[in-house]
Amino acid sequence: MSRVLLIEDDHAVRDGLRLALTRQGHVVDAVETGEEGLERLASSEVLVLDLMLPGIDGFEVCRRVRAAGDLPIIMLTARDDDMDVVAGLEAGADDYVVKPVRPRVLEARIRAVLRRGAAGEARSGPERHGALTIDRVGLVVSKDGTPVALAPTELRLLLELSGTPGRVLSRQQLLESVWDHGYLGDSRIVDACVQRLRSKIEDDSAAPVYVQTLRGFGYRFGPL
Amino acid sequence: MTFGLRTRLVVAFALVGVLAAMAVAGGMYLKARSVILQQAQDAAVLALTDGVNGIVPVGALPLTARQLEQIASGLSDRDDSAVAVYGDLSAGGLPLSVVTPELREAVRGGHVAWQRVSAGGVTQLVSGTRTAVPGLEVYALRSLEPAAASISALATIAWLYGAAALVVAFALALLAARSVLRPVRELDDAARRMGSGDLESRLDVRGADELAGLAVTFNHTADALGRHVDDLRRMEADARRFVADVSHELRTPLAAMTAVADVLDEEDLTTDGAQAARIVGQETRNLTRLVNDLMEISRFDSGAAALVLDDVDVSAAARASLRARGWLDSVETDLPTGVVARLDPRRLDVVLANLVGNAVRHGDSPVTVALRAEPGWIVVTVADRGPGLPPEVLPQVFDRFYKADSARARSTGSGLGLAIARENARLHGGTLVAENRPDGGALFTLRLPNAGGDR
Repeated sequence: MSRVLLIEDDHAVRDGLRLALTRQGHVVDAVETGEEGLERLASSEVLVLDLMLPGIDGFEVCRRVRAAGDLPIIMLTARDDDMDVVAGLEAGADDYVVKPVRPRVLEARIRAVLRRGAAGEARSGPERHGALTIDRVGLVVSKDGTPVALAPTELRLLLELSGTPGRVLSRQQLLESVWDHGYLGDSRIVDACVQRLRSKIEDDSAAPVYVQTLRGFGYRFGPL
Repeated sequence: MTFGLRTRLVVAFALVGVLAAMAVAGGMYLKARSVILQQAQDAAVLALTDGVNGIVPVGALPLTARQLEQIASGLSDRDDSAVAVYGDLSAGGLPLSVVTPELREAVRGGHVAWQRVSAGGVTQLVSGTRTAVPGLEVYALRSLEPAAASISALATIAWLYGAAALVVAFALALLAARSVLRPVRELDDAARRMGSGDLESRLDVRGADELAGLAVTFNHTADALGRHVDDLRRMEADARRFVADVSHELRTPLAAMTAVADVLDEEDLTTDGAQAARIVGQETRNLTRLVNDLMEISRFDSGAAALVLDDVDVSAAARASLRARGWLDSVETDLPTGVVARLDPRRLDVVLANLVGNAVRHGDSPVTVALRAEPGWIVVTVADRGPGLPPEVLPQVFDRFYKADSARARSTGSGLGLAIARENARLHGGTLVAENRPDGGALFTLRLPNAGGDR
């Protein structure tokens, strides 16, 4: 189904996850260190990344992956300390799971971050919102005519919000529609993704125009 | 009725001071008084006998009244008045009535005698003696007023000194009380501070007296107590860290086992090996839940648990919790929409999953989950129709690893579920209580603060 790059230093966990993901139809490339993993980004569709690694750690890998492209990242950590989760999300991870993780949970998260397209019907032709052009069919977003490189979750978040301009969506609603987390998710994932999206499409991330925050309610696209 | 240390000290000092002053001044007064009077008497008696020896004429007997008059006037001077008595005759400036019969008796017996009399509030001395002339007695009266004045001055001085001693004793008592009471008060303050949890509370040691010794003892005791508390804290922290470390260390092998446990389930085999594999798979999941719960508890214990707050539609979140576990159809719900609260959705889910899970497992249907908004609070109740909780179990139902029936087989829960549920409620600043419904069944009530109110 997908080409999964797994970076995990513990060989038993690595072998176990490779076995489970392979049985679910993925092509798994499992490596032990961040250095090895960074060499294989090009041939992967999604990265499952352990945070505690020898050599360069998971946070640094996250940052380098984000700098190099828009490969979706799912953090895999035995530590679910809030600090680690926040640091990982800030480093650019799209989602996280806490070890031990059941393979079907990981599988669902992988599917969610790779899912293309948005809820609702795809309208014909690109939409224009100020300087932003969103093509829901071609899944291309450009600003002032220049294509903007968005990670899959960022794109899906933008499509979800811009699908109903002016309507406020709560973090929990967004977690359900964009991340498939249902109502039980961690809203910081949404906040981290919104920050990354803003840094790419807004003129000034501190004074956002496209993705606006309504304190106590959630996020809203526009009004421009 | 008991008095304070200060009062007792002051009273004791004053009493001691006054008693000492009284003893000294009183003793001195009495002695001085008797000495002064004695001297005055001796002087009076000496004057009389000298006078008698010098003046008595040698002539024919019996003596005439005129001779008696001369003798008496010879004995009289500025201080004294005298009377001379011969048989029935008497003459002189002193009325014979002043001389008592006892005195006359003593004088006739051949003694030089004297007697104090008080006339007109003035102490006077009557002294009398026989003379070389047979039958002639002479008596003289001398005022003791100068001596009495000296004695009175002495008494006044004694009183003044007594009063001064009382004042000084009082002042000294206050000083002493202060010097004793200040360390006592400092000790009291320090002990109070220590009682309220400030184990660093120490006393300044001044001097080398008993109170300084007490301060040293207090400080040593405080040091020892501090060491013991530190030891206990360290041991407790070690124990908690050990639980956290063990849980953490267990997670990596469990992560590998969990990854492949589902693979075991998928093997469609009927052999013993497949059955064994399924048991391993199931128990791996149970162990995973136990370890996760231990991690959760150790985070609460270490204070590392933190809320990730979001504005949550509580009814939608509750439905999602039930739906995720397949309980939505079997559980009765009364979840009015539109109740939005600022809380941690993951922790709300944990609480609901534990409460509803328990109700479904141990109670009878229907299990009811209800939500209501109160001013400042949201209240979620989970009720079942089972036998309820035995009264003796109620206080312990939130204890860790508490099992209502120790003989009961291991349940599917970790034994930490209700403890974690209550910790989560507390972390929100809320409460979770268990009780029995009057009409049967257990009732768990979760109250979480909702500062924003409902919208």
